[in-house]
Amino acid sequence: MDNLNNKDYQKFVEEKIPKPTYARNIILAFLVGGAICTIGEFIMNYLSNKGLDEEAVSSATSIIMVFLGALLTGLGIYDQIGKFGGAGAAVPITGFANSIVAPAMEFKKEGFIFGVASKMFVIAGPVLVYGVSSSIIVGILTILFQR
Amino acid sequence: MSLKKIGERTFKLNNPPSILGNYSIVGPKEGDGPLKDYFDEILEDDLWGEESFEKAETKIQEQTIRAAIENANLSLSDIDLLLSGDLLNQIVASGYSARGLSIPFIGLYGACSTMTESLAVGAMFIDGGFGDKIVCATSSHFSSAERQFRFPLEYASQRKFSAQWTVTGSGATILSAAGEGPFITYVTPGKIVDPGIKDASNMGAAMAPAAIDTLISHFKDTGFEPSDYDLIITGDLGIIGKSIVMDMMKEEGYDLEGIFTDCGAEIFDPYKQDTHAGGSGCGCSAVVFNGYILKEMKKGRFKRVLLAATGALHSPLITQQGESIPSISHAVTIDINRI
Repeated sequence: MDNLNNKDYQKFVEEKIPKPTYARNIILAFLVGGAICTIGEFIMNYLSNKGLDEEAVSSATSIIMVFLGALLTGLGIYDQIGKFGGAGAAVPITGFANSIVAPAMEFKKEGFIFGVASKMFVIAGPVLVYGVSSSIIVGILTILFQR
Repeated sequence: MSLKKIGERTFKLNNPPSILGNYSIVGPKEGDGPLKDYFDEILEDDLWGEESFEKAETKIQEQTIRAAIENANLSLSDIDLLLSGDLLNQIVASGYSARGLSIPFIGLYGACSTMTESLAVGAMFIDGGFGDKIVCATSSHFSSAERQFRFPLEYASQRKFSAQWTVTGSGATILSAAGEGPFITYVTPGKIVDPGIKDASNMGAAMAPAAIDTLISHFKDTGFEPSDYDLIITGDLGIIGKSIVMDMMKEEGYDLEGIFTDCGAEIFDPYKQDTHAGGSGCGCSAVVFNGYILKEMKKGRFKRVLLAATGALHSPLITQQGESIPSISHAVTIDINRI
């Protein structure tokens, strides 16, 4: 105990922890993510058959998928899908909706300003910050190096 | 000069306090686990009619304390001091439950080690002759802990295999200068031990060395062997931490096979209840002690028990700054006999 070496200890601990089930996770993520995207495709085809133009179809599909993600979060179903499907549920736009709605629901008790509004982006905030920042950088580079 | 300190850091209580009453309330998940028959009250709804999880935890703790006092056939006015703590920022569950009780209150923070921290301080308080009747209590709540330490409940994330499940529940013990026992006979306070673990979902591994440090000091100071105990039980190391303690204690020359377990490893069924590495939280050792251990002691199955609750003294803020998790474990001996 007295000569406990942190590095050796951490190695010893690693061996005690069950290994993540990568193969199972990858397959489930593929199936769940694929299923969500298939639903998206289905909505897209339905909307274009109704006569919407390409831009309107993609906006409307995103809106519907975000709505579904938010609704399933509110009903307490999306966290189950996430537990089962992992990245397959987190990566599509429905997962983004979940990451905003979940904290908004959780912090409702603290009020609409200091609770819902200020905590809403605790998970999605970094995605937005770095997503928007990198798009600006790419935009500047595009202007500089065009032609 | 210390009259009661033996060895490096153990206190032998010459007037060991007796446990006069005890009570435990747990949430629905704990009430569905392997120890369900030992808990005094199982809640059907973990909000218990309150509007937030923090308020629910406060109510659980307050009701547990009231019921423990009743269980000891005492009334609030008989109590000299309440020692309690919990996991919430500024230990609000304890402060607010003490608000409803209106008895002298000293708040403690030992994270998940609070059950034995309060028993240790309470036992020394009585042994020192400062009071007659003391309540030692603590609580935790899965949902109030999740929102403070981890993610929102509805967020779609996967838990690591090393992650533990915070117990919803509260336990309270009434200590008295006079009584028939069981008695608290020895107290070994913990030292902070930090093996450099930075992952807050690997608490068992972070806390195991602190438990080992306290157990070894306890054996050296008292001269007890593990076999002098019927049960040696740590607080909330879970399945991984339990296995670390078993292995490392064996290396140190203490074979704990058959007499050692951990409250966090016992309270849930990891396969049926999907709790990964087991239970955690202040409530874990509190309900296992006040439910399972004390009831089995009264039945005569355990005559001498060493309870070493374990706590991780970090905060999400400081681990984000790159700090590792400092841990502690306080041990108390509970004995059927006064010695």
